[in-house]
Amino acid sequence: MADVTAPKLREYPVPPAIQPDAMAGSMPYVATEKMQEAIGFPAKLVDDWHDKAIAKMGELVGKYRSLRVYLDACVHCGACTDKCHYFLGTGDPKNMPVARQELMRGVYRRHFTLPGKLFPKLVGARELTKEVLDDWYKYYNQCSECRRCSVFCPYGIDTAEVTMAAKEILDSVGYGQKYTNEIIGKVHKIGNNLGLPGPALEDTLLGLEEDTKEETGADVKFPLDVKGAEVLLITPSADFFAEPHVDSLIGYAKVFHAAGISWTLSSHASEAGNFGLFIGNYEQMRNIALRIREAALELGVKRIVVGECGHAWRVAYSFWNTLAGIGSGADDPFARMLQSQLDHRYRQPTHICELTWDLVQKGALVLDKEANDHRVITFHDSCNVARASRMGDEPGGQFEIPRALVRAVANKYVEMRPGTTHEATFCCGGGGGLLTDEILDLRVKGALPRMESLREVADRHGVNFMATICAICKAQFTKVLPYYGFNRSMVGGVHQLVSTAIRLGAKQ
Amino acid sequence: MAAFFAGLFYLAAAVLVAGLAVRIRQYAGTPAPLKIPTTPAPTTRGGVAVRLVREVVLFESLFKATLWTWLFGWVFHAAMALVLLRHLRYFTEPVWGWVAFVQPFGVYAGFAMLAGLGGLWARRFLVDRVRYISTPSDHLMLALLVAIAASGLAMKYLAHTDVVAVKAFFLGLMTFQVRELPADPVLAVHLGLVAALMLVFPFSKLLHAPGLFFSPSRNQADDPRERRHLAEWAARLDAK
Repeated sequence: MADVTAPKLREYPVPPAIQPDAMAGSMPYVATEKMQEAIGFPAKLVDDWHDKAIAKMGELVGKYRSLRVYLDACVHCGACTDKCHYFLGTGDPKNMPVARQELMRGVYRRHFTLPGKLFPKLVGARELTKEVLDDWYKYYNQCSECRRCSVFCPYGIDTAEVTMAAKEILDSVGYGQKYTNEIIGKVHKIGNNLGLPGPALEDTLLGLEEDTKEETGADVKFPLDVKGAEVLLITPSADFFAEPHVDSLIGYAKVFHAAGISWTLSSHASEAGNFGLFIGNYEQMRNIALRIREAALELGVKRIVVGECGHAWRVAYSFWNTLAGIGSGADDPFARMLQSQLDHRYRQPTHICELTWDLVQKGALVLDKEANDHRVITFHDSCNVARASRMGDEPGGQFEIPRALVRAVANKYVEMRPGTTHEATFCCGGGGGLLTDEILDLRVKGALPRMESLREVADRHGVNFMATICAICKAQFTKVLPYYGFNRSMVGGVHQLVSTAIRLGAKQ
Repeated sequence: MAAFFAGLFYLAAAVLVAGLAVRIRQYAGTPAPLKIPTTPAPTTRGGVAVRLVREVVLFESLFKATLWTWLFGWVFHAAMALVLLRHLRYFTEPVWGWVAFVQPFGVYAGFAMLAGLGGLWARRFLVDRVRYISTPSDHLMLALLVAIAASGLAMKYLAHTDVVAVKAFFLGLMTFQVRELPADPVLAVHLGLVAALMLVFPFSKLLHAPGLFFSPSRNQADDPRERRHLAEWAARLDAK
């Protein structure tokens, strides 16, 4: 494995000069034959991979308007070239969004457009050689599908759509990525990404009940598989034991307890994360989402609430209604089956921040803001929440509601530099199925833009806590903060702050 | 020469219209199975229409991205729109009032168009990132547009052509009559390049024009919790 080196933080971030092939050595482990077969993909690179890949590409441009339009519409204007955190951190030109797209667009032009067939050199069309396929594997695994480029593209071209298509093609010819595909296998088999079986989960939750009792004196429950509960909480499995994730889980439990809302977790659907998104595979994504539908039907819950997880909230908010009928407004029998059970006075699904913020506004929680006075807090917008979802009723609620919540539970809050937050936020560097240690060098470099704006507020305002609502952001920052001279415990969840401030039993 | 250009323009117009129609049908007919608007996004269809108008008229996203590219790109496109409007006078008799009104602006727009193109082209040499992504066809496309604008301006300022005859020629084409065209080399270059542009339009990156309207990240409303969005091929999975 290559050395892990953090680039220097710069006071005035300007785009780096291009350094061709700077990251040509970065690639995650390839999935083993067992992992591939477990989720229905060819075990290893098939002999006729070229023809299979081209056929798959043809199938995908026929199934996804996004892909077809995005492969045609680019004019190489360069607006996106300095927008990707991986380019800013590495200087490798193939990490410029347009160049990343071009790895596929060249092949598309060669096989699916007239000029590409007639004058390939002229229009940058290329044959899909093994070298090109390897480049796909390397550089589509250097895209976290964060959509920052799509904000700035004059045609809204979203590189994530191209990356997902590339991963779908790579999987279909037996060239899958280990980290994502192994995890998808676990969630199908066991019910969560970490492979934590039901009894172990039960033990963990009992332990948390004891810890919380000790801390607060209150009987805060962490219920599992309770039929007839009002709320089914779907949260990333990292919340069950990873630090600092678990502190947010304790926060959710305290909120439910304080508000008197009956809730439950599910051992069948003990995972909010949906790595089917990362590999662009509709069927995988749908099958993972169906577990939640099944759990909701079986437990007879009225509301479905999602914990702090970025891509999970994208899938839940934007896709659950489509994939599994979890939402409102459907008129088909499949979706009505669940939707007639849910209580549509509430948003379905609801983000935990929406739920808590609603309670705060109603005055249903007792909050001691001073309890967070040892913290100077900033908020890191997670890419999938910021650019692929919403909270509340107004566009931009995904920015306002978590911030309002932080301000409601803490006194000291500072924004990072404009252009690095809200819809222009920078990815943590570990999203999109890249949170794996063999590409830690890439992850550290990709964190550069966020680390620069964090350094600025840390130096100027003494910021010592970066709140975020994503399990991947939390895990990634915990790992990379030390490379930039920060303390790893600087990162934590919004509900970790809620947990600190909330007073139980002091009310009414 | 008149017969050659008459044939060329009939061909170019047919390719442009038919080619674009095929493309647009293809875009419209390809399903968008998932809700993927880049958020924050409008929550209603009306809001989406406003978002698209802002993108088309103001190049809003590009403005947020890179000021220089926005400036050159917007000036070029706005100027070209004016120039195209000005050219309507060759196809209408009598000339519509507002077309007559834009004539003087259209002339200056010719220069603005060249300036915008110059700026866009300069970036392809001066900015290393843009240089890296530029293909020969990107340069050729700029060369084509520059040559069209330059030959047009040359006929206005350097070597006048018989515009009355040119107009008669195009009015004739519209009623399927081939009339005389001045035997002017600059005019021949200008018309030939315009026809070339029309011919390559449906096969090239000029598809960014219709593409924008079909871009799901821009043309979808943000309402997935309120409405179940289902593509036909995806709906079939529910039945299994």
